[in-house]
Amino acid sequence: MKKGGSISIWFFIGLSLLFNGVLILASSIYQLIHPPPPQVRVVLFNLHAGVWWGALLTIIGAFYCIYYAPGKGRI
Amino acid sequence: MASLVLIANNRLVHLSPVDLVIIVFYFALVLSIGFYLKGQANTGEDFFMAGREMTAWVAGLAFLSANLGSLELMGWAGNAYKYGILAAHWYWIGAIPAMLFLALVMMPFYYICKTHSVPGYLRLRFGPAAQALSSISFAFMTVLMSGINMYAMAVVMRVVLGWDIHFSIWVSSITVAVYVALGGLRSAIFNEVLQFFLIWAGALLIPILGLIEAGGWTGLKARILQNLTEQHVANPGAYTHLWSTLGNFDKNPMGINWVGIVFGLGAVISMGYWTTDFLVVQRVLSSKDLRSAKLAPIIGAAFKMMVPFIVILPGLLGLALLRDPHTGSILRLVPGDVAWSPAGQAQGLHSFDEVLPLMLARYCGPGLLGLGITALIAGFMSGMAGNVSAFATVWTYDIYGALINRNASDESKVRMGRWCTLIGMAVSIGTAYLVMQAQSIMDYVQALFSFFIAPLFGTVLLGMMWKRATPAAGFWGLFAGTLSSIGMYAWVKLDANAVRYVALSLNAQDQAQNMFRALWSCLICIIVTVVVSLITRPKPEAELEGLVYGATQIPSETYVSTLHRPWFWALLVGIVFVALNIIFW
Repeated sequence: MKKGGSISIWFFIGLSLLFNGVLILASSIYQLIHPPPPQVRVVLFNLHAGVWWGALLTIIGAFYCIYYAPGKGRI
Repeated sequence: MASLVLIANNRLVHLSPVDLVIIVFYFALVLSIGFYLKGQANTGEDFFMAGREMTAWVAGLAFLSANLGSLELMGWAGNAYKYGILAAHWYWIGAIPAMLFLALVMMPFYYICKTHSVPGYLRLRFGPAAQALSSISFAFMTVLMSGINMYAMAVVMRVVLGWDIHFSIWVSSITVAVYVALGGLRSAIFNEVLQFFLIWAGALLIPILGLIEAGGWTGLKARILQNLTEQHVANPGAYTHLWSTLGNFDKNPMGINWVGIVFGLGAVISMGYWTTDFLVVQRVLSSKDLRSAKLAPIIGAAFKMMVPFIVILPGLLGLALLRDPHTGSILRLVPGDVAWSPAGQAQGLHSFDEVLPLMLARYCGPGLLGLGITALIAGFMSGMAGNVSAFATVWTYDIYGALINRNASDESKVRMGRWCTLIGMAVSIGTAYLVMQAQSIMDYVQALFSFFIAPLFGTVLLGMMWKRATPAAGFWGLFAGTLSSIGMYAWVKLDANAVRYVALSLNAQDQAQNMFRALWSCLICIIVTVVVSLITRPKPEAELEGLVYGATQIPSETYVSTLHRPWFWALLVGIVFVALNIIFW
């Protein structure tokens, strides 16, 4: 939703998901390369949920940012 | 003070720099949206109704998000741990029929009469007395709710992160006050939609990973049964069945039967909340046209049906999976007043309401943890923003504009709205400090609902459906219903045995009492309204146009295809709703 040539709400959402996704992906890849000691690992650490979750958020966020970028006229 | 120190030392999680960056970015983004939308909130329609130009999707997601406050996320996960899957009734029969009823039956009247608020509708239908009673009780309830939200958030931040309770209250409330005061309802709605996405992004991993660990739904049920049997809990099988244990008060952990759930919750409490609580109805009133206004609650209902996946399921997973990290034995959560006492903290006890953060800490590493905490904060802030924007509207239009300054200009109303946002937030902060003394947050709120919301539903329903209902009857019905609800609450507080009359069973827990109290107060409201209507003079039919069924021309939707008609999507949501209840019977 937007008004009078302003920025769509969906762009803000894309921005948020993209920012969070990139940070989560980066920190999870770092943990993949440098795993923490077993006693401080989260349960199901072996699934590396942060990597695929971060990647998913990054993809969705990037799509929203591009599709609803200011100036494209989409609401 | 000793308790606070212990809690700070026993914090559940430690945030990494990545987590902190995610949280700080969230605060920066919501404030940026507020500043960005400041220039689009210059008139009353813009500030209080978001210009009435929201699409069905935006209005529908905001409608749901305003309800996804702290009490939803934390409280109902805790209730799922306490009562089992029975807590899902508050998302399914306690929400879906009411949301569909709002969409298809009530929204046309709200929308066509162009009211700014639910008390505003009562003024048009029943006159200023009913409006005054409704608006004052709503304003009172709203600031209390907002304070409760703040308090719940501060407790979570203290327990989970070790943050100072006063710091949490002030930072979150100032942030919400700034973005709502700047951009009005449009800013609140934009942020609510953002918060909706963040809540799902941050909370969805818990049930996914939890089900993997538990071995799917079958494995989860087996573990719950095993754990509860080991602890000699009565009726352990009842924790994973929605309906099969509701034939008898003694056979389920809530001490309720199907009458309380179907009629108290489904027919009164939820109908009252979803169709007359202005906090949620305001979001739908901002829709750009009637079809969007009817579709918005249906979209909200579709997502509401899925919320148990991120709220109820983590509670059940906690029941199945949580173990003491030191002893390996089953971790039993306890009521908040026990867990947060100095003795409880010294023993490392956790409350029911901590089950969601406990599960978050169990599965989420750096980054994911920050997003999960952001999801909780987003839930708290969307609830607060919903309360404060609804309060500002009702105060400005229904108290200030109707009782104090009837000739107020549009400009002065916007100014008043901005000030009300700040004052409402200040009162909420005061309430948060008062609520610190309350034993159980959820039960307190449910009691408030039954005081005001249940009778209001009776009044609005008769007002919309019955042309004969008179202005005097509208006021006296609402007054009698509210008074009787408060009276029943006080009766049980003074004499615990009275619960056998109010809730039909001595085993009735607080939630069950609230359901029955709501049912009786709504019935009293309806009976008084009918009786007074029959002995007083009704309004001429010409004055009821746009307000009452039978006196209103509802615009036809024959020009749109089946796929674009609200009833089609309502039917689809209804079928899924029935299927879910049968699957988890």
